[in-house]
Amino acid sequence: MNSSVNHPATVETGRLLSPPGFDVEAIRRDFPILHQQINGYPLAYLDSAASTQRPIQVIDAISRYYTHDHANVHRGVHTLSHRATDIYEGARESVRSFINARSTREIVFTRGTTEAINLVAATLGQRLTAGDEILISAMEHHSNIVPWQMLCERKGTILRVAPINDQGELLFDEFEKLLGKRTRLVAITHVSNALGSVNPVREIIASAHAHGIPVLIDGAQAIAHQSVDVQALDCDFYAFSSHKMCGPTGIGALYGREALLETLPPYQGGGDMILTVSFSGTTYNELPYRLEAGTPHIAGAAGLGAAVDYLRQVGMDNIASHEAELLTYASNALSALPGLQLVGTAAHKAGVVSFNVDGIHPHDVGTVLDQHGVAIRAGHHCAMPVMERFGIPGTARASFAFYNTRAEIDQMIDALRLAIRMFA
Amino acid sequence: MSGSATSLTDLYRQTVLSHSRHPHNRRRPQVYDLEAEGHNALCGDKIHVYLRLQDDVLADVAYEASGCAISLASASMMSDAVTGKTVEATRQSIDDFLTGLSSPQTGKLEGELAALGGVRDYPSRIRCATLPWQALCAALDAVQETVTTE
Ligand SMILES: Cc1ncc(COP(=O)(O)O)c(C=O)c1O
Repeated sequence: MNSSVNHPATVETGRLLSPPGFDVEAIRRDFPILHQQINGYPLAYLDSAASTQRPIQVIDAISRYYTHDHANVHRGVHTLSHRATDIYEGARESVRSFINARSTREIVFTRGTTEAINLVAATLGQRLTAGDEILISAMEHHSNIVPWQMLCERKGTILRVAPINDQGELLFDEFEKLLGKRTRLVAITHVSNALGSVNPVREIIASAHAHGIPVLIDGAQAIAHQSVDVQALDCDFYAFSSHKMCGPTGIGALYGREALLETLPPYQGGGDMILTVSFSGTTYNELPYRLEAGTPHIAGAAGLGAAVDYLRQVGMDNIASHEAELLTYASNALSALPGLQLVGTAAHKAGVVSFNVDGIHPHDVGTVLDQHGVAIRAGHHCAMPVMERFGIPGTARASFAFYNTRAEIDQMIDALRLAIRMFA
Repeated sequence: MSGSATSLTDLYRQTVLSHSRHPHNRRRPQVYDLEAEGHNALCGDKIHVYLRLQDDVLADVAYEASGCAISLASASMMSDAVTGKTVEATRQSIDDFLTGLSSPQTGKLEGELAALGGVRDYPSRIRCATLPWQALCAALDAVQETVTTE
């Protein structure tokens, strides 16, 4: 597979250690951006939940595509167009196999998670009527709230919100009680970007299916951090973004169960999504093209394909266990600091730690850390209802990827100690 | 230590830190004539400004706020700076402060406000410092509306 024309980026990845070996220093050498000084300190990039960084293999795949292979897809008779189409469709196959979908017809490329969710709201939403209900949770990112609120405005549907407890865990009993006769879709996050909570998505899906209700999983924060098998999950939709899985921005995917995708009306109209157009009528293309109007982000797909290949070489289980170790290490170190509270202490968490420090606003924490080379996020993390639930304006958030080290967490802790002294 | 430590103490000068720890005039007054709210959606800073007028003079300037050290210090210093000023002089102060932050050449930060000058080197933090002043300006604009409708 490494020598395939479709996946040129994987050619150089042979030097990565294969499972069970996991060499974080070797991995870091693949990420050029990590090797720089920020404000006089080595960069400690602890903001991968906002966007991950890219390995050289992904950067090379994109540049190789533009240097050698670019043309429009699906329409040319010439060689470059065939190459571009092979790269684009090869990426679709990589994504399919990465999440174990049955068919590439089930992989719709979008601009990212946000567009994937909007696609479902616009198409599946089209056949909903006033009084129909969408069930989400209290820990959703704005992109899994606002498209449904907009649908409610258009259609008179009702948005139900399953509550969470003080640890940031979904109240499963309350969730089940909200599954009703009028529930038409459950849309819920796999992992909370603000709290790190991992939802019991298998149980959620099984429970919704027992009522005949389809389930959309927002996989933005899960896809690069654990292995995802859409058949094992039995979800109906799974949405994710390339830029949170070491791929380029501007592309992502919606997995949809084929039988369900077949029933959806077209999303946007234009080229590529049609078979024939005449003024007496237009016939639509087959899946997944019917849902992908216009010239797609081909270079993005080239990069995403390379990112998927890279993640697989590192190994999703290696990634999950390395990040779990970082999470434990960071949670313990943070908890030991005076006046520090973790926000989100679910029993089952991914590599995200949100926290507040007594008397220091998250924004000030962010600035002090940045001055020490540590990149974290401060604010509401596009989850304002979560902040409201905890009665806080925001949090500081460190988030981890497989290229992070304990040394970077130590650097954050040292800078936090200084912040605490400074603001005391 | 390195340059970054110096520039941090330039941002968080002692005056700024002491105002942010104990902000002056941070309260909701019993009586007031004008009010306005300011909100920075990016970082969640919030301020609600209350003004009491005596003739044309700001007799009381108070606020409720939640925000970072920079925005609290700025609100505190602002309330000190404009209490007792006329509406017109207050408008001038707002103008001076906003231009003083955006362009060190043409603008100058009066008195204690100079302590906020370090913000100029932190583009993402300038809005924290300007939020209270924008809320103050909005409160004054409310008076103009009342004035013109009378
Ligand atoms: C849980 C979750 N859902 C959705 C999104 C939106 O992703 P994008 O902005 O890539 O569309 C994010 C991004 O922060 C997220 O964390």
